[in-house]
Amino acid sequence: MDIELRGITKRFGSVVANSDVNLTIRAGEILGLLGENGAGKSTLMNVLSGLYRPDEGQILIDGKPVNFRGAGDAIRAGIGMVHQHFMLVPVFTVAENVVLGVEPVKALDRLDMKTARAQVRAISTEHGLEVDPDAIIEEIPVGLQQRVEIIKVLFRSANAIIFDEPTAVLTPQEVIEFFGIIKSLREAGKALVFITHKLGEVLEVADRISVLRAGKIVGEGDPRTATSADLAEMMVGRPVRFAVERRTSPPGGPLLEVKNFTVLNERDEIAVAGIDFTVREGEVVGIAGVQGNGQTELVEALTGLRPTAAGTLTFAGEDITQASTRERHRKLIAHIPEDRQRSGLITDFSVAENSVLDSYYAPPFSAGISMRWPEVYRESAKIVEDFDVRTASIHTHAGNLSGGNQQKLVVGREMSRDTKLLIAAQPTRGIDVGSIEYIHERIVKARDEGDGILIVSTELDEVMSLSDRILVMYRGRIVAEFDGATATVKDVGLAMAGMKA
Amino acid sequence: MSGPDEKPAGAGLGDEILKRVVVRRFDVQDIVLVPILSVVIALILGALTMLATGVGFETIGRSFVALFTGSLGSLSALSETLTAATPLILCGLGLALGFRAGLFNIGAEGQLILGGIAAVAVGFMLKGLPAIIHIPLALLAGMVAGALWASIAGWLKAATGAHEVITTIMLNFIAFRLTDYLLRNPPIQKEGRSDPISESVLESAQLPKLLAALDPSYRLHLGFLIALLAVAVVYWVLFRSTIGFEFRASGANPEAARYAGMRSGWIIVLVMACAGALAGLAGANQVLGVLGRASPNFSAGIGFDAIAVALLGRSHPVGVLLAGLLFGALQAGGRQMQVAAGVSIDLIAIIQALIIVFIAAPMLVRTIVPWAFRAGSGARSGAR
Repeated sequence: MDIELRGITKRFGSVVANSDVNLTIRAGEILGLLGENGAGKSTLMNVLSGLYRPDEGQILIDGKPVNFRGAGDAIRAGIGMVHQHFMLVPVFTVAENVVLGVEPVKALDRLDMKTARAQVRAISTEHGLEVDPDAIIEEIPVGLQQRVEIIKVLFRSANAIIFDEPTAVLTPQEVIEFFGIIKSLREAGKALVFITHKLGEVLEVADRISVLRAGKIVGEGDPRTATSADLAEMMVGRPVRFAVERRTSPPGGPLLEVKNFTVLNERDEIAVAGIDFTVREGEVVGIAGVQGNGQTELVEALTGLRPTAAGTLTFAGEDITQASTRERHRKLIAHIPEDRQRSGLITDFSVAENSVLDSYYAPPFSAGISMRWPEVYRESAKIVEDFDVRTASIHTHAGNLSGGNQQKLVVGREMSRDTKLLIAAQPTRGIDVGSIEYIHERIVKARDEGDGILIVSTELDEVMSLSDRILVMYRGRIVAEFDGATATVKDVGLAMAGMKA
Repeated sequence: MSGPDEKPAGAGLGDEILKRVVVRRFDVQDIVLVPILSVVIALILGALTMLATGVGFETIGRSFVALFTGSLGSLSALSETLTAATPLILCGLGLALGFRAGLFNIGAEGQLILGGIAAVAVGFMLKGLPAIIHIPLALLAGMVAGALWASIAGWLKAATGAHEVITTIMLNFIAFRLTDYLLRNPPIQKEGRSDPISESVLESAQLPKLLAALDPSYRLHLGFLIALLAVAVVYWVLFRSTIGFEFRASGANPEAARYAGMRSGWIIVLVMACAGALAGLAGANQVLGVLGRASPNFSAGIGFDAIAVALLGRSHPVGVLLAGLLFGALQAGGRQMQVAAGVSIDLIAIIQALIIVFIAAPMLVRTIVPWAFRAGSGARSGAR
């Protein structure tokens, strides 16, 4: 099945989300759709999957114009979408989720689970999507949940499948498996769209690349000849630097000393098992690891959000094992939380209010219990300016900002203050290259000013490019240590998977 | 404050950013348009209800005239409206504070009664005090009692995670029975009485009537001014103080508040105490300003009506003030309606309930009168 989008324009009020977009999707081909957050990728795909109706332009399937009145029409036409956030019922089994809405039934409308299971199995084997039809969704890993989403789409006989940021939630191993799946779907003759802002991935799997910026198609690329730098420039609209300047001066004295540090998770199981490490002044230490190996618990304990079960934490020669989150903040420890929406920001608060979310309690932002809003506004304007937060105003709700700008706001709040130690968890998760470049620059600048920096990230590239020293966490322990200048992706990757390098 | 005055040439981008303001169209619609339309639609449906129960057109017309004259038609009517509005405003403010902090306090009624009992106790037990000392003491007693009672629910939530909706409802029942007990036993029970009724508040603890010089029958009392003061204080606390910042942050995103170093347990207890203090003040206001003593059911459901007031006022102090005035007017007018047109005051309860339904379901209002919302309907969907 070939799909052609011709002159698609979609407006929301005065905002033009897509402007005269032409795009062709062909059977047996993977189209990589690149674009920064807010470039209009999702709007375009929502037009294609029938959720939005375009203001201008038309969609042609195999040369014939079609008119989608809703998602149902698009599904019937054979277009399926695998969303970034899975639409699965957590307590249902795989088979139940797959057939949901189009269940096979026996006489008297009784659910025919036997047929359902058989159908799921048939699709699994046909496309190499191994999954147990009787497994409960909430008990299987994210990579498998994604397979269920794919099976769901195939079950509805989709010939064209749109993947919206499919790798954002996957571990490096799962990403490799996902590439295998998408390639086998291509062999099966499906027309595929792979939406992402990760350049390396699109270069690896796509047959053709289209780049969307500010609602317009700004370029096409051939993955065999295009380079990351070309594509990034198309996406952002200016040259992007990927390499981070290495440290020139040797690090100073020890700043944060972690000794025999043990932390428990919610179920009172050991999440961090007696680890030791040191972060020195003017040094970036990166902690690499696959999600769920104790990094979240480690960061929470380091920032006083979770009690330390055993061991000590010394900061600038002072024992802070028992210090509260606020006390640590007062001691000039900054924290960029891993989930900006859940814990880094308050989306219903204005940009200004979010700018002082953790520093409101002290001068100049308050005197006694009285807030000094003019000072807050001044600080917020400074953060917006210095960290290039794109917002209509400092009085805009943070929830109205794009993901990258929300992250820049959080980073700006934490780094605009005079800090000594920065603990950054996933500092660039899910944001565009332009913003990543900017945040990395600020981190390097803080290091050059003598700050100690601890980066905890599941993005191996990020840890590799920023860190002076790399520690690998696996099952709550530090299993390997590398020098940032000499480490290789292969060695670090193996250590992340729990294999001794 | 950054005023509109011209900055010298070469002012930085920061200054530019400071000058930018955002006018949120849909906020105006939600805060002003939806409540007004809700009231109008509720009044229309109220008329239809009367029609359905066999009331003639002429009587319906008469009853709406009475509703108006009884609430706003004369100085006496206005005095009644404000008197009825006062406890609703006070109590509504406390509930709004809780809503802002993400706490759904159903226990205002219990907090209000105990506040009233405490105020009565101080009001008749302390003899020989001048009014200027006796009144504040009695009011303070009401606030402290309400605050302590509400903090129990706050503490239970902070320490054990018990949901405040459940605990405050249960605390209401305990408060009702406790009041019963206190009213039937010395020293609260009036000497020589066998029915549950308290001693009368001494002259020195009674809230002075504001319009007594014009006509002693005007019931408007000092409590109304206290309520206005409370609106200003709650506004300041919510939007101008660090405590209010913490309240609002905890309400909007408790996880982010915790990450920002705010102590959630302490905030929960503090919010509940503040809410209870305002409910207790409302109770004290009733016994010291209107009733002069406490009896069973003296609260007359104010603590529950105030939930509606706080919701109608969108948990904003000024909104609560306006919503309290509206409900006060409906009550005062409703009594007149009963007298003049013979329509049951229950109709007022129906109208109040309908207003709440529409406020709680703004989409319903938008569906009924779509043309009123034309201007900004795209603003929302376009934001994403």
